[in-house]
Amino acid sequence: MLPELLQFILSGMTLGAMYMLSALGFSMIYNASGVINFAQGEFIMVGGMAASFLSAAGVPLPLACVAGVMIAGLVGGLVERMAVAPARDAEVASIIIITIGVSMILRGLTEILLGKRPHALPHFSGEAPLALLGATILPQSLWVLAAGALIVLGLSLFFGRTRIGKGVLATSYDRLAAQLVGVDVRRVLTLSFALSAVIGAVGGVVIAPISTVAYDTGMMLGLKGFVAATLGGLGSGPGAVFGGLFLGLIEALTAGYVSSAYKDAVPFVLVFIVLVLRPQGLLGAKPTDRI
Amino acid sequence: MTHHPDQSLPRSRQSISGPILGPGSRRVVGLAALAAVVALLPLLLPNAFYFDVAIRIAILAVNGIALNLLMGYTGQISLGHAGFFGLGAYGSAVLTTHFGWAPLPALLAAAGLTAVIAWGVARVILRLRGHYLAMATLGLGIIISIVLGNEAAWTGGPDGMPVDGFSLFGLTLSGERQWYWVFGGLLIATVILAQNLIDSPAGRALQALHGSETAASVAGIDVGRRKIAVFVLSATVSAMLGSLSAHYSGYINPGIAGFLQSVELVIIVVLGGMASIYGSIFGAVVMGLLPQILAGYEGWDSVLFGVILVVTMIFLPRGVVPSLATRLRSAGVTGKGGAAC
Repeated sequence: MLPELLQFILSGMTLGAMYMLSALGFSMIYNASGVINFAQGEFIMVGGMAASFLSAAGVPLPLACVAGVMIAGLVGGLVERMAVAPARDAEVASIIIITIGVSMILRGLTEILLGKRPHALPHFSGEAPLALLGATILPQSLWVLAAGALIVLGLSLFFGRTRIGKGVLATSYDRLAAQLVGVDVRRVLTLSFALSAVIGAVGGVVIAPISTVAYDTGMMLGLKGFVAATLGGLGSGPGAVFGGLFLGLIEALTAGYVSSAYKDAVPFVLVFIVLVLRPQGLLGAKPTDRI
Repeated sequence: MTHHPDQSLPRSRQSISGPILGPGSRRVVGLAALAAVVALLPLLLPNAFYFDVAIRIAILAVNGIALNLLMGYTGQISLGHAGFFGLGAYGSAVLTTHFGWAPLPALLAAAGLTAVIAWGVARVILRLRGHYLAMATLGLGIIISIVLGNEAAWTGGPDGMPVDGFSLFGLTLSGERQWYWVFGGLLIATVILAQNLIDSPAGRALQALHGSETAASVAGIDVGRRKIAVFVLSATVSAMLGSLSAHYSGYINPGIAGFLQSVELVIIVVLGGMASIYGSIFGAVVMGLLPQILAGYEGWDSVLFGVILVVTMIFLPRGVVPSLATRLRSAGVTGKGGAAC
C-alpha cells in the first residue's frame, strides 16, 4: 500500500521534473517577449535526438550530452533571429503561427537528417534500480531530478546575481524602459530563446535513456509544459516549478489509481478547473487591464 | 494582448477610400464571383478524386469561416475548435448507428447538444484573456478527442467507426458529385450568413469588442453575452459541418477532433487573414492543396509547410488577403480588393 504510493510519487516526480523544465522554457520566453512558443517541445526533442545520434556515432556520452544541449541552444537562438524577431510587430495569433511553423520545420529536418526511428541514450550510471523503502527508483531518475534542481538553482542565480539576468527581468517588466536604461533588448530576446532551448534540451537529454526520443515526441512534451506553466501562472518561475511537479504527480497518481487510459486527459481537465477558479494560475499575479 | 492598434487602421481607411464600389455592392461582386467558381468548377474537375479534394477544401473553408467569426471579429483565440466538429460528427454517427435515428434529426440533435456544451463552456472560459483562453480551448479540444478515443463501446475507440450515408425523405446522397453541390451550397450559405452577421448591429458590436472591450461596454454593449453568442454560433456551425462530413466520408476517427486539426483551422484563419471571410477561403484552398502537392516527400513536406507559414507571417503579418488588398489599394488600384470586408 505505502510502497505502492511511494512508487507512484517517485515516478511522478521524475515526470514532473521533465514538465518543469519544459514549463521553465515556456515562461522564460513568455516573460521576455510575450510569445507563447509552440516550438518549445521541439527544442527538447532536438536536444535528445542530437545527443543520442552523437552517442550512437561513437562520441563519448558526456561530450554527446553537452553537444546536444549546445546544438539545441544554437537552434533556439537562430529561431529567434530568423523567424521571431522579423515579425516583432505582428499580432499574437500571427506569432503563434510562426512558432507552429518553426516546430514543423524542426520536426521535418530532424526526420530527414536522423530518420523516423526512435533513438535512445545509454543510462548515465547503470540500469540497476535502487531500492527505497520498498519502492524502486532508476538511477537515471535521480539524474533527472538532479538536473532539474541544478537548473532551478542556476536560473535563480542568473536572474538574481548577474547583470544580463537582471537585464532579462527588466525587459520582461517593460521593454521600452529597459531599452532606455541601456539594456540591449535585442540581445536579451535572442538570449532568452537560446536559454529556454538549453533548459528544454537538458530535460530531453536526461530523460532520453528512460523514455526514448523520436522526431515527433516534442509536441506532447511541449503541450504539457504549456499546461504546467499555465497551472502555475504564465511567466512565473516558481509557478513553472510548482506546476511541473504538481502535473507530474497528479498524472502518475491517476495512471496508478484511477485509469491509465485517461491519464493524458488529466492535465487538461486540471488546467481547465484551475483556470475557471483562478484565471491567473495558481501562483500568477492578478492581471490588471490597460484601457 | 489580443488587441492591437494596427488592426483597426486599414479597415477604417478602406471604408473611406472605396468611392467606386460601396461596401454593399462589393459584397455582391464577391459573392457572385464565389458562386460562379463553385458552379463552374465541376467542368474542370476530371474525376472523383478531384471532387473529393474540392469537397475537403469546402469543408475546411466553412470551418475556417466559423472560427474566423470568433477569432477575427471578436479577437478570441480558440485552439480547440476541431473538438466541436468532432462532437457533431460523432453525435450524428452514434445516434444513427446505435439508436437508429434518421440522419436529419441526428444532425439537429448533435448540433443542439454541441450548442449547449459550447454555451456552458463559454460562460466560464470567455472570462479568460489571451493565452489563458488559448490554453482553455486547447484543453477542451484535447479532452473531447481523448474521450472519443477511449469510449470504445460507443465510438469504436482509436480505430474509429463507420457512418451511414445521408438520406432524407427516402433519397440518399451518393457519390462525390452529389456531395459537391451540398458542400458548395453550404459554403455560399455560410459566406452570406457571416457577411450578414458582420454588417448587422450585432456584428458591429462584435468588432467593437475586438477594438477594446472596455470601450465597447462603456458604449452599452453587453460584452459577455455577445462573446458567448458568437462562440456558440461558431461551435454549432462546426458541429453541423462535422455531421455532414461524417456522412460524406463514411468513416470517422478521433483524429478529426484532435489538436492538429484545431491548429490547421487556426492556420487557415491567420494565414488567409483574421476578419477576412475570403481570406479563410484562401487559407482553406492552401491547406487543402498543399498536402496533396507535397505528399510523398516525407519530412520535406513538413519543412516546406513550416517555411511557408513563417515567411507568410513575417512578410504579410495580417494574413495574405487583407495585406495584399491594402497593398493593391495603396499602389493606386482603387475599388474592389474587397476581400477584407
